[in-house]
Parts: sequence; C-alpha cells; structure tokens
Amino acid sequence: MIDEDFTNGILQKHPFLNKVSHADCLCLSCPPEHWMEIAEFFCHEETFDMLVDLTAIDQGEEKENRFTVVVHCYSRIHRDYLRIQSDCLDSESPKMPSLSSVYPAADWHERETFDMFGIEFTDHPNLKRILMWDEYPYYPLRKEFPLAGIDTPLPADDVVEVTQASVEPAPMMGGPFVTQGSGPMSDSEPRAKDESWTEETEKSR
Amino acid sequence: MSTTTREISIGDVAARGAEGASKVESERMALNVGPSHPTTHGVLRLVMELNGDLIEKCEPVLGYLHRGDEKIAENMTYNQFVPYTDRLDYLSPLANNVAYALSVEKLAELDVPERCQAIRVLVCELARISSHLLGMGVFGMDAGAWTPFMYTFTEREKLYTLFEELTGARFTTSYTRIGGVARDVPDGWLDRVIKFCDELPKAIAEVEKLLTRNRIFIDRTEGIGVISKDDALAFGMTGPNLRASGIDLDLRKDKPYSGYERYDFDVPIGTKGDCYDRYLVRIEEVKQSIRIIKQVIADFPDGPWYAEDARKIFAPPKEKILSSMEELIQNFMIVTEGPQVPAGEVYFEAENPKGALGFYIVSKGGGVPYRMKIRAPSFCNLSILEKLAPGHMLSDITVILGSLDFVMGECDR
Repeated sequence: MIDEDFTNGILQKHPFLNKVSHADCLCLSCPPEHWMEIAEFFCHEETFDMLVDLTAIDQGEEKENRFTVVVHCYSRIHRDYLRIQSDCLDSESPKMPSLSSVYPAADWHERETFDMFGIEFTDHPNLKRILMWDEYPYYPLRKEFPLAGIDTPLPADDVVEVTQASVEPAPMMGGPFVTQGSGPMSDSEPRAKDESWTEETEKSR
Repeated sequence: MSTTTREISIGDVAARGAEGASKVESERMALNVGPSHPTTHGVLRLVMELNGDLIEKCEPVLGYLHRGDEKIAENMTYNQFVPYTDRLDYLSPLANNVAYALSVEKLAELDVPERCQAIRVLVCELARISSHLLGMGVFGMDAGAWTPFMYTFTEREKLYTLFEELTGARFTTSYTRIGGVARDVPDGWLDRVIKFCDELPKAIAEVEKLLTRNRIFIDRTEGIGVISKDDALAFGMTGPNLRASGIDLDLRKDKPYSGYERYDFDVPIGTKGDCYDRYLVRIEEVKQSIRIIKQVIADFPDGPWYAEDARKIFAPPKEKILSSMEELIQNFMIVTEGPQVPAGEVYFEAENPKGALGFYIVSKGGGVPYRMKIRAPSFCNLSILEKLAPGHMLSDITVILGSLDFVMGECDR
C-alpha cells in the first residue's frame, strides 16, 4: 500500500504534480510538458514498472481542456495502483507525448485512445486506428458522437459497387431508456436519449 | 534476380480485398490469416511477412468484434450493463460479472455480506476451471492433439449444467447485481459442485496423460514463444501468461478481493515462459481452483446473500417486492434510476482466467457512469505478438496463439 510518506516524498521531489483525492488509489495530476519525465521517473526510479491501462476522458465539448489522458500503473512492491492524469491543452487537435518508449504496453493503448478520442500521441511509432478501420472518419467515444453511430461508407469499394451498402446506424428505436437529470420525479423518469427516432419516425440525422 | 509476389489468403472476401495491394520483394511472401480462421480463436486477423517458412513480421489487426461496449456503458444504468460484461470474455462470463460488480461496489464503497462473497469466489473459480478447460483443450488441438479436447469439453459441459442451474443460463449468465447476486444458490447445488470437483481430477489426469509427457506436444511447445520476464512486464501481460514467465503476480494474493484472503491456495509460476510453461501453469491453476472451491463450500457462510442495507443500490428479492410497499418503491427507484453511486473515480482489477480484467469508472453521481474504460487482459496479452512471432516458423504461430489463450470478445470490446 502507498502511504502518506511516499506521497509527500513524491510531491516534494516533483512540485509540479498535484494530488487529486480519490478513495481507490493515489492519483496525481501532471502538466503535459512533464508527462514523459514523470513516466520515466515512476517506471525506472520507482517500482511502477507495469502500465496496466491508458485511456482518456472526454470532459464535454464546453470544457476548456476537453480531453484528459489517464494512465494506471501497478507496482508489485507497493502492491498498489497509481493514477496519473494530464489535460491535453489544445481541445481542437489534442496532443500528448507517447509513452511507448518508456512502457511498450502503451503502444496499443495509445492507438486505441487515438482511435476513440482522436488524441494524437506524438512520437508514437505506429499511430493508426486499431479497433475501427483506417478510413473511419469519426472518433466514437467523444461525447457528441451518437450512440447509434453515423452512416459511414463501407471500407470495401468492390462490395459497395455491387450492394450500394453503407455502415448504417444501429436500430435503436428510441432506446436505451435512461433516467436523466435530477429534477422532480415527473421530469426524471426514464426516457430515450434521442427522442427524434422512434418506430414511426426515421432518425432525424 | 526475378521477383515473385504471391499472396495466399485465408479468410473472407473483405479481408482479402483490403490486403490485395501489398507487394513484397524477392522470395518473401505476404500471408494473411483471418479474420475467420480456426487457429485465431475468434476474429483476429494476422498479416504476416514470411521468408520461406520463417515469420519476419507479424501484425495483428483487431476490431472485427468491436461493439462499442464502452460507449454503450455511458448510456445505461449500472445494472443494465451486467449482460454486456458476459460478452467480454465469453468463456468466463461469471468472472466478468463479478469483476464488474466489485468495481462499481468499490466506487460506491459498499461491502457485501460474507455469503455473497463466498458465492462470488465460488463462481469465479468455476469460471476459471471452465475457461482453462477450454483453453487447454483447444491448445492441444492447435498442436495437433484432438483427443484431450474431447475430455476437457465433456467436463466443461458438466460445468455449464451447473451454471444453468444457478443462473438460468448456460453461457451468458448475467449473474451478479451491484450489491449482490441475482439469486441465492439453489438447494443441493453445492453438493453437485463438490461431486463435480471430485470427478474433475480424473479427467485432468487423462488430459495430462495425453499431453504433459507427450513427445510430439513437448516438441511443438517447448522453447517456442518464449516471453522473458522483462518483456512480459513491459507489455503489461497478466494472468497465466505472465506467471508462466516466472513473475509471481496474482491479484487474488497480492490485492485480495471478495474474501480471497480467507482461502489457502498456491500460485503456480513457470520458469521459461514458453508455450509449454503456459500450458503447465493452466493445468496447475485448475487444480488450485478445485482446492479453493472445496474450502469455500466446506465453510459456506449463512446469512444474507445481498447487501440488505444498500437501499439505493440493490433491488430486494421479488417475493419482498410483491408483499411490501417499501420494497416496491425501492425496486422501482433502482430499476428506473439505476443504483445510486457517488461521484468519483475508481480503478479495479480482478484476476480473471485470462488475466487482470480492469474497470475504470468515472462517475458524476447517479445511476449512469460518465465514462467506463474496460481494461481487457486479452488486448494487452496480444500486444506482445508483434514482438513474439518474428523468428518462429509459420507452423508455430498456431501454437503461440493457442498458448496465449485470448478471447476476441474482450479484446475488441
């Protein structure tokens, strides 16, 4: 377990780090310019040599720093996780240095984050889409992307020529039905997120 | 010197079309395997560059089973997502259910009663046995041994009968709820689990007779696909694949959850980190799981099987809903608004059969997560393939893939 002394030692050594309070593990927020330095420090000088997870959070279009990259490392000595997070400064074309030279495990995680959020990891050896196909034009885990998906051309030209098919949005039929907001009960009963699309009317998009 | 360009394609038309443009010089050959190919254990596609029979480059192409589970999770309540966890590692749905429930409970800082913990440990270990039985069976098949698969599949079938009795479904169990499980264990079920555990070692012994000292099997697996300790750690491998490389990391021991600290078991580790070691580790893990199950059942706690005081998280059993106003309201609120979880962030990993399955949940309060990242062990375990495969013969790739024991449902999410 990570104790108070360890945390204070880290914070003294790297005054630009900020402790974010969360119940589950030590969480540090780091300015993007120190991102590499901190990863190298925790990997080589400390014992957090396993990068277990790397992902991003979309804080919403209205936020100034929209994207936050989050890394979880595990130390077999402390037997605990460490969370380091950093805001991408530019929300239009978010960038973050790639950790794949420090942690090879970051390679695929960063490709996935690029695929889903459009965050560019500079100096990544092979930054291309991993789950969606290469030509896919959207970043699906951004908050403005609809759950059902967006009509997109099929990546196979020969198939399109014969079938005229495209990748269609999922038939949601108004669902899923989720309670939203915290107003009075009458306003907060479960309703469809996208009510423009029901069995009778086509989806507006 | 003449230049020959050949492409041999196994798989569907779309994959072949996408790969059609590749050009390789001299005697090299581009080989596309998948996405539908028996050795890939799912819809994994490999684009390889061969020099004769030697693999020079191997690039895994993922995403053929991508369903956007993380996006879906942002749009439904915590309990509604439980069936989606079945479809991550679909060879051990019970273990996924438990890992997910534990993650949300950690966020809600909710402790479940001992009986619930015991049930969860029990189903986790049964899921581990079921997953490893299939994993070992198809691994043997990948190396050319058909018979062991018949033994392991027969045993797995018995397990599925037990799962059906417990959860109502053989495959997609959806057994846990946030704050408990869907129902208590049926009468006499524990005895049938014990009976299964008594019979299983006989079948395992048969498999061991067929594989463990089998000359052909050893020749095909020993020294093949060696993953060093450093590589295994650097690529974030977990589970049996990491332990086979000699690293003693098992979250059941290192960060015990759901009461694993109460049970006595050993963590097998390998010495070389080759395909044979990965097989041996899995065999031993099945035996250890039997040990855990027997301890759980021998000391099976009485009492409630769900968190009774978690009124905003767990919906009470049906008979109470139908007879009491208070419980009816409670059930209505949980079904419509979802289990109420405080704002915050949590990262939790459970030791699943394939490795550490992690959930990173960001909540802004309420019944729906703001963001949920699923850390899939198969995804991380597969990422080493690009480094591991070059230098091996083409025929070794089936054995390497079999020994990594991945599931694409979880890898692509």
